[in-house]
Amino acid sequence: MMNFSYTRATSVGEAIQAVVQDPQARFIAGGTNLVDLMKYNVERPGRLVDITRLPLDRIEETPGGGLKIGALVPNSDLAYDERIERDYPLLSSAILAGASAQLRNAATTGGNLLQRTRCYYFYDVGTPCNKREPGSGCPARTGVNRIHAILGASDACIATHPSDMCVALAALGATVHVEGPDGERTIPFSDFHRLPGSEPEKDNTLSRGEIVTAVELPKPRFGKNHTYLKLRDRLSYAFALVSVAAAIELDGDVIGEARLALGGVAHKPWRDEAAEASLKGKLPSSSAFEEAGDIVLRNAKGHGHNDFKIELARRAIARALGQAAAGTPQVQANKSIN
Amino acid sequence: MSNVHPYVGRATPRVDGPLKVSGLATYAAEFFAEDMLYAAAVPATIAKGRIKRIDLSAAKGAPGVVEILTHENRPEIPEDDAPYLNDMVAVPGSPFRPLRNDKVLYSGQAIALVIADSHENARHAASLVTAEFEVETPTVDVADARSTAYEPPVPRDGIPPPPPPRGDAEATFKGSEIRLKHDYRVAPEHHNPMELQATTVVWEGGGALTIHNKTQGVINPKNYICSVFSLDPEKVRVVSPFVGGAFGMALRPHYDLFLAVLAAIKLERSVRLVLTRGQMWTMGWRPDTLQTVALSADADGKLTSVSHHAIQATSQFEDYQEPIVNWSGLIYDCPNVSLKYELAKLDVSTPSDMRAPGATTGVYALEAAMDELAYELKMDPLELRLKNYAEKDGNDDKPFSSKELRAAYEQGAKRFGWSERSPEPRSMKEGKELVGYGVATGCWEAMMQPHSARAALSADGRLEVACGTADIGTGTYTILAQIGADAFGLPIEEVTAKVGDTSLPMAPVEGGSWAAASAGNAVQLACAALKEELLKAARGLDDSPLANADVAHVTFADGKIALTSDPEKSVSYADALKAAGSERLEAKGDFAPDGEFAEKYASYTHSAVFAEVRVDEELGVVRVERIVSAVAAGKILNLATARSQILGGVVMGVGMALHEESVWDKSLGRIMNANLGEYHVPAHADIHDIDVIFVDEEDKANPMGVKGLGEIGIVGAAAAVANAVFHATGKRIRELPITIDKLL
Ligand SMILES: Cc1cc2nc3c(=O)[nH]c(=O)nc-3n(C[C@H](O)[C@H](O)[C@H](O)COP(=O)(O)OP(=O)(O)OC[C@H]3O[C@@H](n4cnc5c(N)ncnc54)[C@H](O)[C@@H]3O)c2cc1C
Ligand code: SF4
Repeated sequence: MMNFSYTRATSVGEAIQAVVQDPQARFIAGGTNLVDLMKYNVERPGRLVDITRLPLDRIEETPGGGLKIGALVPNSDLAYDERIERDYPLLSSAILAGASAQLRNAATTGGNLLQRTRCYYFYDVGTPCNKREPGSGCPARTGVNRIHAILGASDACIATHPSDMCVALAALGATVHVEGPDGERTIPFSDFHRLPGSEPEKDNTLSRGEIVTAVELPKPRFGKNHTYLKLRDRLSYAFALVSVAAAIELDGDVIGEARLALGGVAHKPWRDEAAEASLKGKLPSSSAFEEAGDIVLRNAKGHGHNDFKIELARRAIARALGQAAAGTPQVQANKSIN
Repeated sequence: MSNVHPYVGRATPRVDGPLKVSGLATYAAEFFAEDMLYAAAVPATIAKGRIKRIDLSAAKGAPGVVEILTHENRPEIPEDDAPYLNDMVAVPGSPFRPLRNDKVLYSGQAIALVIADSHENARHAASLVTAEFEVETPTVDVADARSTAYEPPVPRDGIPPPPPPRGDAEATFKGSEIRLKHDYRVAPEHHNPMELQATTVVWEGGGALTIHNKTQGVINPKNYICSVFSLDPEKVRVVSPFVGGAFGMALRPHYDLFLAVLAAIKLERSVRLVLTRGQMWTMGWRPDTLQTVALSADADGKLTSVSHHAIQATSQFEDYQEPIVNWSGLIYDCPNVSLKYELAKLDVSTPSDMRAPGATTGVYALEAAMDELAYELKMDPLELRLKNYAEKDGNDDKPFSSKELRAAYEQGAKRFGWSERSPEPRSMKEGKELVGYGVATGCWEAMMQPHSARAALSADGRLEVACGTADIGTGTYTILAQIGADAFGLPIEEVTAKVGDTSLPMAPVEGGSWAAASAGNAVQLACAALKEELLKAARGLDDSPLANADVAHVTFADGKIALTSDPEKSVSYADALKAAGSERLEAKGDFAPDGEFAEKYASYTHSAVFAEVRVDEELGVVRVERIVSAVAAGKILNLATARSQILGGVVMGVGMALHEESVWDKSLGRIMNANLGEYHVPAHADIHDIDVIFVDEEDKANPMGVKGLGEIGIVGAAAAVANAVFHATGKRIRELPITIDKLL
């Protein structure tokens, strides 16, 4: 870790200014990811701008009937908020599938969106990595890539976005509110994170100095038929090898609308609208679920250690859609999968 | 025993518990000294090659930096191997020494030491050191070095090479109808105790040093440092009262010790060096091992041949050895046995003992193969083990000093409900999950070492028992206090136990599960000697009521020595001390294992481990529902701390079966998951019911009948889980850990 200076921002404008003025400055919220990366010398900010005292810690109802979640709402508070538990149980479940209770207490909504990949090489400054040091190479492609992407990767980078919460937000069609030196704007969730392409150093579409102020959820839907299914290397406290957020709205016996997003498989939460469309109008059945899985994975590509994720994802999608259709979502505290 | 409710044998709470939970227990990195400096080690980023250039310019200019040492500017250190071999746990070869020269022998090797005025400044400056290397292609996978395997030319001290073959295993195997031969592999593991490896060197002036080092035996760092740096042993004291877990990793002196002392001597200042969590992967580890086990049996399940071959990883510079295959010659009764043990050199740090070194790995392979044989024979796996029960140690052709493994099988099976197992794989199911039962045998040698101890009674009525051993979290403090309390009939609150200090009576490192038996008996002897002294003093009183009594006729309890036949006749401890003309009376006890007994008998602890798993076959998810571990380990001194040892061992066994694996990048030669986020040990959710049974076992290898049980808990646990996975799924995974991908 390197020495740094520390500023506590008292307003959003002040925080933005502090980061715009100092190219070495970074926002810090819960610190659960940034401080780790600083200890590994992956992130070397000269100044930390602490945003935890900004008034962004509320969950408010929106005129459209949705909820606006302040960027500083801790992951635990969000997961256990009555309105979230009642109206957006998929989101609550996805958050509780992640990290540990202690980490969720410290981690914030904005920080969760902006957490960085867990690629082993990205974390090890003794190795090359295009994301950490553009142009230095990607040893993961031919190296240890058990936890890497099977979808949307590029020659430059095969890292994944590690968040669970974001997979649910992608499925639910959230919107990200940001504010920057040029004012405020909103970004649809699927446009917030990006694929690595030739610029893997960019995880998302924020510009320098932009701060996430809130995440907005649309009017509640999918309250009954949903699930978040996470598969990992131990039964708790490990990042997803593959996770699936599935949500269905039944129209009589048939599927009216479906949402399907995957975690642990790509550089961003992977939502597949073609697969969702394939389910529309169908009776819930294993063949329909398997077909949706085939669509999601039509261009999937393994890199050796992670080849198994393709088959695992296929099975997990079918299982998750089954859970959602039956109205028996996975309970995160229950380690046997229904 | 003289007091009515002896502590020994009971579940006595840890005497050091309050200190630990309140944060008052002081660990190696928590000692302070005035004007102390802080060091940080800079790791090499390559695994093999040469340092071409180290650039210190940025680091030198960083705030608070006092000194940076590299191979180019370090003080002189001995070039010979000999001084570095003054390490009780050294292995054959040329010991590693940091900053020796420009050669890089493994990834993460320390290539510079930054010393600064604060921990933060040291780490900051360390991050600014850059180096250029001449890189050679490393070999880090034992499978890639298979063709270079060799039998270790010099055996490691205390580690018996495999016994010579008996009978003709190969011919018997070839002529057998019922036989199998398979390869097994256990992933490399790193110990990762909670406490980081650390050293605080206090510069006392006049060339005297007090060293606080994370160690499993203070004598070892002391001897090593004195011989490497030519220091006067009278002026070096090592004090390490608490160890936050070690599992074997703190048996040998590590580079933190060497570097911190080097810096302290050079700067004539106190220095502390705490390694990072990542650097916990730059020292000892449980070596990657390729194993082949071949078994044959007659139709009744009687073993006719056992062959076990292991190729184990070691470093380029040392032949680390552990007993991997020997177990296959003694756990079961078999006339034809062939065992072979080889090493293969890799560009890695030297492996080290890790909880039940050798047995954990070797017994896994044997017990997996036995399970395979049981299915081949369509025989109950427990039946097969009973059928081949060894009544003597076939390797040494000696009877066991005691072996209640049969009772362990019986009691374990009963508690577990083994009889409810349906024999066919894949035949048990609950909900979406397949259910599997597995069993395995565990075995570990019951070792002892010479230990000295001291017991002292003072005028305030307190007893102190002391021994230079270590308590690495196992409960040594507590059992020593229990033994002392019983000897003098005192409440345990009035007994102070001391360990972890070179000013205390001599003990070797704490390893091999020998501390309880060895230090325990030494304290017992010291207490017996102290009783004699005290009685002698009491007899010397004018008109002493105990005038003619000898120790067999008196009782030590309630603060006094009383005639057992006439308790009215007594002398208080205080009066006896007065008569001795002393505020404090002390006596020593020296324990040494009985060599004659060891010539005649083989001493081992045994266990029977039963596991139930649930497997979601479609998704490859395994859950361990429960484990019963029935242990035969002689006299149990403290049911609570003993149980904790078995629980910890079982959890580690579950980790070996399902989670733990240090993963190297083969071309870079670096361990890629060197952090506790990506190196998975079991989390709470992975552990359910663990039931521990101690079966009665009387042993005569030492006066107290203690065998020790820090290691037996892990042996067999991984095999029981892996065997249960087979029973559940019909899939035999012969490479641990059994992760999702292997079951899909
Ligand atoms: C051991 C471990 C296990 C974990 N397991 C999981 C898991 O299983 N699933 C999972 O989803 N997550 C997991 N996490 C990750 C955890 O969820 C994230 O670390 C956390 O959500 C980050 O939030 P934070 O507030 O602490 O962010 P910080 O660490 O404070 O910040 C992270 C990044 O976001 C930036 N930032 C923070 N807030 C804002 C904002 N409002 N606007 C703009 N930029 C901002 C910071 O500059 C920084 O770059 C794990 C973490 C650890 C350490
Ligand atoms: S996958 Fe991406 S993050 Fe990982 S090494 Fe390659 S470029 Fe770096």
